[in-house]
Amino acid sequence: MNEFALNIINCLPDLLAATPLTLLLTLVAGVTGLVMGTFLALARLSGQPLLSWPAAAFMFVVRGTPLLVQLYLIYYGLGQYMGHSWVRHSFLWPYMRQGLTFALFAYSMNQAAYNAEVLRGAIQSISKGQIEAAEAIGMSGFQILWRVRLPLAFGNCLPVLTSDLIILLKSTALASTVTILELMGTARVIQRQSLQVYEPLIACGLVYFVVVVTLTSIMRPLEKRLTRFRKG
Amino acid sequence: MSECLNYMAWGAKGWGDEFFFAFFMTLKISFIAYVISFGMGLVFALFKLSNSRGLRGVAGCYTTVVRALPEMLMILILYFAVAGMAEKAMVSMGLVGSDFQFSPFWTAVIALAFVSGAFMTEVIRAGLLAVPRGGIEAAWAIGMSGPQVFTRVVMPQMMRHALSGLGNLWLGITKDSAIVSILGAFGELLQTGYRAAAATKEYGFFYGLTALFFLLITILSLVALYWMEKRLNRGQA
Repeated sequence: MNEFALNIINCLPDLLAATPLTLLLTLVAGVTGLVMGTFLALARLSGQPLLSWPAAAFMFVVRGTPLLVQLYLIYYGLGQYMGHSWVRHSFLWPYMRQGLTFALFAYSMNQAAYNAEVLRGAIQSISKGQIEAAEAIGMSGFQILWRVRLPLAFGNCLPVLTSDLIILLKSTALASTVTILELMGTARVIQRQSLQVYEPLIACGLVYFVVVVTLTSIMRPLEKRLTRFRKG
Repeated sequence: MSECLNYMAWGAKGWGDEFFFAFFMTLKISFIAYVISFGMGLVFALFKLSNSRGLRGVAGCYTTVVRALPEMLMILILYFAVAGMAEKAMVSMGLVGSDFQFSPFWTAVIALAFVSGAFMTEVIRAGLLAVPRGGIEAAWAIGMSGPQVFTRVVMPQMMRHALSGLGNLWLGITKDSAIVSILGAFGELLQTGYRAAAATKEYGFFYGLTALFFLLITILSLVALYWMEKRLNRGQA
């Protein structure tokens, strides 16, 4: 086996050790984003100007700017202001000093905005008959939301939510720019330490490929199961 | 507030002119990368729809691998690994002098285009598939040549179907162009924001400003896309 392949294999243990952090970022931001996104979508469609306008503005601004800029803005910007405020002396500071907190915050907001846009479309596309039927049998507004509108909406847009989750997983690579040593960050550290340019990047690519393919193959049966009531 | 206005002064004292030019640099990088990625998308979409198994395999590999890897990693691999290897190979073959280097700007732009091209391939493929076969057969029947069929029949109809996807990719590429700032100093928006923030320690202000400029690009693009959609859909019910 030639040296190039050996170098790639030698990178793998460190990269595999960093994979859980990538998955953690994806999972936490994915779940938070989905919950926040649901509320955002409902606020956006609420018909109350005080709710729908801020929600619409938030979604537009977050979706209209690069994630990397949001990361920098939150990591450096919030850090700049909080470093001089009460937060500096509070119990929160040890957490606030870490890039991970900021990154989770940024990714959750980003994911919330994208999920909200998807869910908004899905909620809007529910046929009126379903809602009317639910009203006719005397369901309350909340019951209709919980038992009819949300399940139908989630079922309809599940494939898009899944692909958004994969996009989130891939975008966690950007967290390496704010000192987080997930997969991408670890690869860059190995690059610097071993003075190898190509091998760590290629090894990193292999790991990402396997993770993405695994996640996709987990999500596909899940999609099927959650939409099993649908025919065709 | 007045402090912030001072920061935005034109010339050597402020960052106004830097941001102004960075705005156009980001647009330039995005536009060139977009045009290249459209070309790549077209070629690979035709590969995917071709009868040759080899070409389909190449295109399939390209879209699968690029779409499974993070944009940032892909851009780093292309910029450092692939460009570096290509330089070495060209030097060892004696095609170029030993101090040969690709232009960093073009390498970065092509790396960005290569990533976007994979998504472009899928959009264009779907657009091509949506063109009714009957129209193409009719065009052949009245004796149009291959290029004529493509430019006069397939392209206009494909564009109509692909426009929303193409628009999303444009918005995506303007935002992905921020990743190029990791590679080096091309004077685009995020790099400029980074320099301004580091020099003044006003991180919140300058990254906020950078975000605003990106938002401006998005708003202008949405207006342009709305106008193009109307134009491409003219004559449709």
